Amino acid sequence: MRMNIHFKNRVACIGAGLTLFRRRLFETPRELAWEAAKQALENAGMELKDIDCVVFGSAPDAFDGIHMQGEYMVDGAGGYKKPFTRVYVGGGTGVFSVIAGWWHVASGLCDKVLVVAEEKMSPALPHPQYVFHHIFDPITDKPLGVNLIWIFALEMHRYMYKYNIKKEDIALVSVKNKRNALDHPAAQLGAKITVEDVLNSEVLVWPVQRLDISPVSDGAGALILTSEEYAKQYTDTPVWIDGVGWNLDTTYWTNRDLAFPKYLYYAGKMAYRMAGIHNPRKEIDVAEVYDPFDYKELHHMEGLQLARKGEAPILTREGVTERDGDLPINPSGGLLGVGNPIAAAGIMKVAEIFWQLRKEAGKRQVAKDPTTGLAQAWGDLMQIGTVVIMRV
Amino acid sequence: MDKNVKLPGTPYSSDDFKKGKIPYVEDVPKARYTWSAGIAMSRFLEELKNGRIVARKCHECGRVYVPPRMFCSYCFRPTDEWVYVKDTGRVNTAVVSYIGADRGKLGEPLVVAVIELDGASEGMGILHKLGNVDPEDVKNRKVFNMRVRAVWKKPEEREGAITDILYFEPIE
Repeated sequence: MRMNIHFKNRVACIGAGLTLFRRRLFETPRELAWEAAKQALENAGMELKDIDCVVFGSAPDAFDGIHMQGEYMVDGAGGYKKPFTRVYVGGGTGVFSVIAGWWHVASGLCDKVLVVAEEKMSPALPHPQYVFHHIFDPITDKPLGVNLIWIFALEMHRYMYKYNIKKEDIALVSVKNKRNALDHPAAQLGAKITVEDVLNSEVLVWPVQRLDISPVSDGAGALILTSEEYAKQYTDTPVWIDGVGWNLDTTYWTNRDLAFPKYLYYAGKMAYRMAGIHNPRKEIDVAEVYDPFDYKELHHMEGLQLARKGEAPILTREGVTERDGDLPINPSGGLLGVGNPIAAAGIMKVAEIFWQLRKEAGKRQVAKDPTTGLAQAWGDLMQIGTVVIMRV
Repeated sequence: MDKNVKLPGTPYSSDDFKKGKIPYVEDVPKARYTWSAGIAMSRFLEELKNGRIVARKCHECGRVYVPPRMFCSYCFRPTDEWVYVKDTGRVNTAVVSYIGADRGKLGEPLVVAVIELDGASEGMGILHKLGNVDPEDVKNRKVFNMRVRAVWKKPEEREGAITDILYFEPIE
């Protein structure tokens, strides 16, 4: 792909905010968005009047049953009487909303952007998973009684078969991330668990078991992005967004290579080129890769070229991806530990890289001295990769 | 942000909700949809009634698409030709489901698979159920690359739906 990598403005992240992530939160979607946005503004030393435009992200409307989410959220997200955009690419939305915020600033259109993502999955009954039934093709897939976990299980099993990966090695991801989440202030499922706990948990769709999966969550997150000129007015410690990338594979998911996420390989390549990164494994110091399932962390590491094909489980077993390892992955605790309010979870990941690079992650701070980090999300019908690369 | 920061948000449990401790409103949307099957899939569904699986071929790249589509996603030009693919194939990947679409437990576990049909382009799989396959053979991965064939409903019971194929079963 040919790509313009010369932009009008270098883009900085200068503030972040989060709510708790929980199975059910009493606040309305607007109230949650407001809490996260307020916190991000305070963190950046700004007020809403300083903001030029607002980007909002949330996943399928069917979760909270309000089929006009963007407009409904305008007040809570701080978009009232401002240029306001809602973006949506399923689970990839959180990081994609940051990419959309980035292009507002990089293009020179705006200088100061508030990015907000919010999700309430709890309103859907009997279980939010049933809402996912309606994302499938009504002619070829839905009549078979498809459950969302089928397609992940099918992909996980193909990946395990292709590279001869054991369930024990995949379970290590869940153990690591839930343990990391014990140190995260928003975390829903921080816990000390063992590989045996994962392997003994309820089998939902073999090879997927209950502890292989992130929870259903409510929550919100927000970030402030500005041009270089304004970043320096507000802070001495901006974190630069030096690369963005996104890419979609076909929605005919049964026609794809299930063992390797090509969409992410292309999205990563786009972001690396923009950031001038030639050897991701050496140049990325810390990464938040999308982990709604434990195998997905491994799959995504390989798609991002942070590991060779089939190598991610080995790096995990050797401890390379722990906080004190050479390539810490998901020091926040990820979706498996912190929770998965879909779009908000993507913001949580970008926020973690922001804090890690500013050395503000407290007990979660990685042992090495990180200067370059990556955050990634994944979604739609398992088909999009969204990537941002950040530096100090 | 350190662990000890207190973040906003008020958690509650489903019990609070059932006991009426949480003010709420409820609504059940009665939305119904009819999806026209379109040009390619109408023919596909008609052919299922005849016990045949029809695909579309692109002459530019040679891809044979199942399910069929009137345009080539890669070349972004019209596909050129209807071709029949076989109702036999091999298993690309398979899993054992213990839950249904609504997350409720299934009485009997269900084996589902991505099946690459003979005559379709490599990697061009479809989703369907597997019958007469021991879940243990899924777990021990014997099912990968297994040769399978479609088991059809009786002709008079077919209705032009993907479920006209009951499931795929191993070819002895």
